[in-house]
Amino acid sequence: MKNNVELNAFLTDLLPFASVEQGKQYPEIVVPLEKWHETAQKLYENQQVPFDYMIDFTAVDYLTKFMVVYHLESTQTHDLVVVKTYLEDRQKPLIETVSDVWATAEFNEREVFDLFGIRFHNHPDLRRLFLEDDYGFPLRKDFKDEINVIELSN
Amino acid sequence: MILDIYSFSTLTANIDNSLHNVMAPWLAVATELVLIGLLFLIFYALLGLFLVYLERKVCAVMQNRIGPNRVGKWGILQTIADLIKLVTKELIPIKNADNFLFNLAPFIVIIASFMAMAALPFAKGLQAIDFNIGIFYVIAVSSLGVIGILIAGWSSSSKYSLIGAMRSGAQVVSYELSVGLSLLAIVVYTGSLQLSTIVQSQADGWWIFKGQIPAIIAFIIYLIASTAEINRGPFDLAEAESELTAGFHTEYSGIKFAFFFLAEYINMFIVAGIAATLFLGGWMPLHIGHWEAFNRIMDYIPSIVWFFGKTFFIIYIIMWFKWTFPRLRIDQLLNLEWKYLLPLSLINIVLISFVVLMGWYF
Amino acid sequence: MSEETINNVIIKEDDDYVVNMGPQHPSTHGVLRLEVFLNGETVKKLVPHIGYIHRGIEKMCEADTYKQVIHLTDRMDYLSAHMNNEAVCLAVENALGIEVPERVKYIRVILDELTRIASHHLWWSAFGMDLGALTAFFYGMRDREKILAIFEESFGSRLLHSFNTPGGLMHDVHPNFQKHTMEFVKYFRKKLPEYKQLLTDNVIFHNRTKGIGKMSRETAIAYGVTGPSGRGSGFECDVRKVAPYGLYDQIKFKEILHDEGDSFARYLVRMEEMEESLNILEQVADNVPEGDFTAKMKPIIKLPEGEYYQRVETARGELGVYIVSDGKKFPYRMRFRSPNFGNLFVLNTLAKGGLIADLVAISGSLDLVIPDIDR
Repeated sequence: MKNNVELNAFLTDLLPFASVEQGKQYPEIVVPLEKWHETAQKLYENQQVPFDYMIDFTAVDYLTKFMVVYHLESTQTHDLVVVKTYLEDRQKPLIETVSDVWATAEFNEREVFDLFGIRFHNHPDLRRLFLEDDYGFPLRKDFKDEINVIELSN
Repeated sequence: MILDIYSFSTLTANIDNSLHNVMAPWLAVATELVLIGLLFLIFYALLGLFLVYLERKVCAVMQNRIGPNRVGKWGILQTIADLIKLVTKELIPIKNADNFLFNLAPFIVIIASFMAMAALPFAKGLQAIDFNIGIFYVIAVSSLGVIGILIAGWSSSSKYSLIGAMRSGAQVVSYELSVGLSLLAIVVYTGSLQLSTIVQSQADGWWIFKGQIPAIIAFIIYLIASTAEINRGPFDLAEAESELTAGFHTEYSGIKFAFFFLAEYINMFIVAGIAATLFLGGWMPLHIGHWEAFNRIMDYIPSIVWFFGKTFFIIYIIMWFKWTFPRLRIDQLLNLEWKYLLPLSLINIVLISFVVLMGWYF
Repeated sequence: MSEETINNVIIKEDDDYVVNMGPQHPSTHGVLRLEVFLNGETVKKLVPHIGYIHRGIEKMCEADTYKQVIHLTDRMDYLSAHMNNEAVCLAVENALGIEVPERVKYIRVILDELTRIASHHLWWSAFGMDLGALTAFFYGMRDREKILAIFEESFGSRLLHSFNTPGGLMHDVHPNFQKHTMEFVKYFRKKLPEYKQLLTDNVIFHNRTKGIGKMSRETAIAYGVTGPSGRGSGFECDVRKVAPYGLYDQIKFKEILHDEGDSFARYLVRMEEMEESLNILEQVADNVPEGDFTAKMKPIIKLPEGEYYQRVETARGELGVYIVSDGKKFPYRMRFRSPNFGNLFVLNTLAKGGLIADLVAISGSLDLVIPDIDR
């Protein structure tokens, strides 16, 4: 795509249910939770700008909800988009897996599960990656571990 | 001709006479045997110590560092310190191992290399065993070492040792073919298996010069195949540190491990000694054509210095291999032998037989 | 969906022959446990277990100011410490809209390329040592010491300098910095033919690495394998070309690509990258302009609210820094996209069907640094 405006127009056409935010560093798409897998497939499979390279995949804990964010790049046109979705349920956060679209997502999702507790539907092998099985979810903002973590009082 | 080089046969004849004058014949012979055995044992031990030190220094120089230089002047006593450490280590007994075979294996390996070393001609008149089947005896006896390796691997009752022993065993047995065939090349030239005759036949030039191209091919094949025989150099996959196991001697500790370690270095000496004897003229000095003055000067250097000089030259080449090349994989190793070296050796034998029949050498 | 499908995860069947290349092993570079399922000598499957050096860097970043975070980023991929620091500094500077002086840009490029060469030295030494050419280790280390001496003279520490800070550098470099850099460039150009003779032209080395561990371009893209490992399969991912930062849009250099995708191609990419780095150093090291070593920054740095993403090219691939800020002096969330993450998990696909000796060659050619994965 030539510039961000053209890319935004293309994305709005491709994903009518998503809202494309303007004015940020890269085009940001916010999708509703149920349409996540469909969005991923459409972004991967479309012919003009196939987003085949998943740069990063992580999650952020806003205290009332989780935000899962993906950075995707197209190796043909070198366009970068940021895709976000919000999970409202803090007790049992659940989202569909995209490891059938990008192979590296399988391990990134294991890391997100390990650190946040977000579970992935249809994941081939959902185990924790770094920590033991009975440890909590450290990157949540309400995580407390009296023994191992020293809280700074800055 | 080299008739005025010092011969040890006068010295040995003197000792023999004095012993026979003093005791009964059978006692004199028994004393001689014990004397020679002791001499060889001491030589074996000292040579082992020296070779380990030499390897560490040579490898250090190639790697742009100094090597041992703390223990004793220039680090000479380093190997003795290592030996004391190995001797005082605990001999860890293995629970399910066959104890008799487990303890026997290091001895078999040492005995095989000891017997092979006894047949080498060290200097003019200084050779312990001089059979008429000399070189055949040496090859046969050094093959007994494989039995020691296989017994060590099997009796450790560990699957990793067994796999390592099988690999080493396959490697050694395969490369013995090439070793035998390349040595056979020189036997065809000489016409005799006896080691002293082979050395004597090089009085007017070493076989590597007289034999021209077939002898050079045989020499190169012999160097490669014998490095693989002694599990060294680029062919040491079975005992490499970055693979999964330490090979057949994983379960050995202390002095038993020291035996395996020592036997490997002595095998290197034997292999180099055979190469020096058959290809480089044994204890014969270097004579060039009809340069009489040069030849006279060469004759003044004692024959024992010639023998050890040539042997250590080959040992240096073998050490050079190890520290330069990466390792071969086990299947590439066996490929090299069965698909390349063996056919080449066979063709070489045919070539040499043809050359000898037609008399095309000088 | 209210219920999720939990797939039964069966890792081990009863008649599998499992061997551990455990956390302490001479040829896995870092603490990594590889569970290798063997069928005779052939590898059927490979399951990596990581987490032995997980220090919680991302959590710690939420309690540190932006200047303190620099010291944590050093320790992730410690062989490209300078590039890690630079990523965070660039993110903060772009977010605040600060323009650093020209001198800072030049010095950052010089340090980038020197760090890249030093990292490739260590890779070459370790790769040679794994395959059995023990002398290669000493030659690489001997030349790496020259670079580390340059670092020590200017910054006081050899490997983890933490020299970058948002806005510029901590202090000015030593007056001899440029002279020693150019001396090193001349010295190393003479030594490169030695490296070529020792490993690149060696027949045994070719047999151990050619055709081993072929990775297609699609696999590289799907697993996110960037850096020299990805470029060995034809994936053009050099961030210095795709999304230039600092001075890289003004410097002439080539992106090295090979198409075969086997271990030997990855090896060649790194060797040629060392030469390219020398070319870059020659262009830059003599022309460093005088000036300030830092821009004026407030003592307490607060980023405006929002999200920022910055990519740099480390010696192993693309490092991404993702900062979520809520306007306070600590970042709300700081995420590092590590370049080695994909490189490790593609090992399973590459090692299947090969021998164990090939596994050592493949993991050496992928150049893994495990603390980067565990963070």
